[in-house]
Amino acid sequence: MLTSTKYLSRIGTTAVFAAASLFGMSAHATDITGAGSSFVYPVLSKWSANYAEKTGNKLNYQSVGSGAGVAQIKEGTIDFGATDAPVKAEDLAQYGLGQFPVVVGGIVPVVNIPGITAGQIKLDGATLADIFLGKITMWNDPKIAAMNAGVNLPAKKITVVHRSDGSGTSFNFTNYLSKVSPDWASKVKFGTAVEWPTGVGGKGNEGVSQYVKQINGSIGYVEYAYAVKNKISWVNLKNAAGQVVAPSAEAFAAAAATADWGSAKDFNVIMTNASGAQAWPITATTWVVMYKKPKNAEHTKVAFEFFKWALENGQKDAASLDYVALPDSLVKKIAAYWSTEYKH
Amino acid sequence: MQANVGAVASTLAQEARAHRDARHDRLFSWVLKGCALLVLACLLGAAGATLWGGRHAFGTFGWHFLVSDTWDPSSDTYGALVPVYGTIATSLIALLIAVPVSFGIALYLSEVAPPWLRTPVASAIELLAGIPSIIYGMWGLFIFAPFFADHIKPWLTNYLGNKPDDGKLSWVAQHVPFVGKLFGSDYPFGASVLTAGMVLAVMIIPFISSVMREVFQTVPSRLKESAYALGSSTWEVVWDIVLPYTRSAVIGGIFLGLGRALGETMAVTFVLGNAMTLSASILDPGASIASTIANQFSEAAGLQKSTLMALAFLLFVVTFIVLLIARWMLRQLAHKEGR
Repeated sequence: MLTSTKYLSRIGTTAVFAAASLFGMSAHATDITGAGSSFVYPVLSKWSANYAEKTGNKLNYQSVGSGAGVAQIKEGTIDFGATDAPVKAEDLAQYGLGQFPVVVGGIVPVVNIPGITAGQIKLDGATLADIFLGKITMWNDPKIAAMNAGVNLPAKKITVVHRSDGSGTSFNFTNYLSKVSPDWASKVKFGTAVEWPTGVGGKGNEGVSQYVKQINGSIGYVEYAYAVKNKISWVNLKNAAGQVVAPSAEAFAAAAATADWGSAKDFNVIMTNASGAQAWPITATTWVVMYKKPKNAEHTKVAFEFFKWALENGQKDAASLDYVALPDSLVKKIAAYWSTEYKH
Repeated sequence: MQANVGAVASTLAQEARAHRDARHDRLFSWVLKGCALLVLACLLGAAGATLWGGRHAFGTFGWHFLVSDTWDPSSDTYGALVPVYGTIATSLIALLIAVPVSFGIALYLSEVAPPWLRTPVASAIELLAGIPSIIYGMWGLFIFAPFFADHIKPWLTNYLGNKPDDGKLSWVAQHVPFVGKLFGSDYPFGASVLTAGMVLAVMIIPFISSVMREVFQTVPSRLKESAYALGSSTWEVVWDIVLPYTRSAVIGGIFLGLGRALGETMAVTFVLGNAMTLSASILDPGASIASTIANQFSEAAGLQKSTLMALAFLLFVVTFIVLLIARWMLRQLAHKEGR
């Protein structure tokens, strides 16, 4: 009986090796697991598919939300966590974690006003905050009209659409509003979920884009990719340098390049309201969180190889999904961070 | 002697059998008791776990938690009033619509419909009961909410509400108290407490109507036939014979539907609008306990997570109170009949 089991298992092993060589994969494929942000999920799955093709190492990523991802990495049940809000320095120190950004994306205000096309309306941060505070209630409000000479703004009520679920998109959007509006900073503050002064909540980017499409006179905010995919009109924004910019890969990259990474420890920079002249003001990144002293050395090594590969070769995949790869200067900083902070 | 031995042997055998039977009976009753206790243990376990998980929130906010309408994650201050109100309001609206319609369906199928029509309609109702709630949610969001916003809501706000588009208050809004507030709304979109109630009504109609149909069929035909023979109309037979005969089962069916409406999550999340603000108007967006939990659980940590657990416990409490009211109503009815 014992011998027969052995025999069977040998057959099994041979079969696996045969299959592995047949598909040209390494026999020592390691599966790494990660969990967290849904913002980064599309690009991570594309990267992992391409990476698995190349190396045979698979990546399982559960898009469970940033909060849950951070909770799971703290418990040590996964190899890496991904979060849209940076983990606080004291938490990183307490759990022996390090973090670094992996990809950049943009969040755009979207509107549904009859006759208004994408990029036709311009807003500055303070006006945007006043709309979301419920202080500006009509589209033909003088504050909006002053910035949009020549645009025929209807005397229509503004309906605010926000996220109903906690999300990194809300985190970055409200963070931007807090930076540009003292009123917002004192009354609402910022976070993955806040006490919205007005409006209706849609679940996920899909929910918000659906409501904005349905409601005449509405304004919401979604990831850039969703606005493009759903053909909703976005709003151009005046950035910190006083320039009116349209959302684009270049504008997101400009924000990533001009954010103040140098002074921050563990890349703890929220890059909204970046200073660059061409920077899109609501640009967001996702941080990957990993143990500095790995619990599972082999898995962590593969995870590092994966992210190294992604940062060096993932630009095209990122661009095809309307994300932006990190600028070279930042990639160099991350490489330096890896060699000083992580032991592997 | 021989016969005596035989008799003793058979008595012994009988006694042994009786013993065995008694043992088996005991075993059987333990198994049954175990099954029943398992349900109780699950219930207590779930209620206890949510209460334990929510202890932090209850401890922090105390009784104020029940009456506060704040929901401010950035300063970690929460109140349960908005979701609790939303849960009760949507479920009540659902019942107001679903009970009469289900009553009509059940009556038609059991009393009026030609026999060849009964089976197809009955199976259609059962199919409706089997549709997952996410599909109702998507239907509600993509099809019903826009339709509601374009065709039903303008009519309601203009003829019943206190904030009509043209600024002219209707007679109803001026003269009947509360109605104006109930139907006044600033928002031009379809997601609202009323929309959620209507979608919920569609979801619970199959439950209530199939229970009603089943029990209406149990009414002895001689009772009905006697009434018909005395010259009663169909309505009189239904109201005076069928309904009193099946009253407790009908109420049971209604509360089964209500139980489902109170706990419904996905469909409500899609069409309720998810606004954490308290509004008297049923045309404004709101939030329910289940939708709040579904929306915020993934990103909640610390006190917020505890608050969501506390909300889950409150849903237990609300459901329990509803069941108590059902029991009380049944007892009142029994009293009346006894007199």
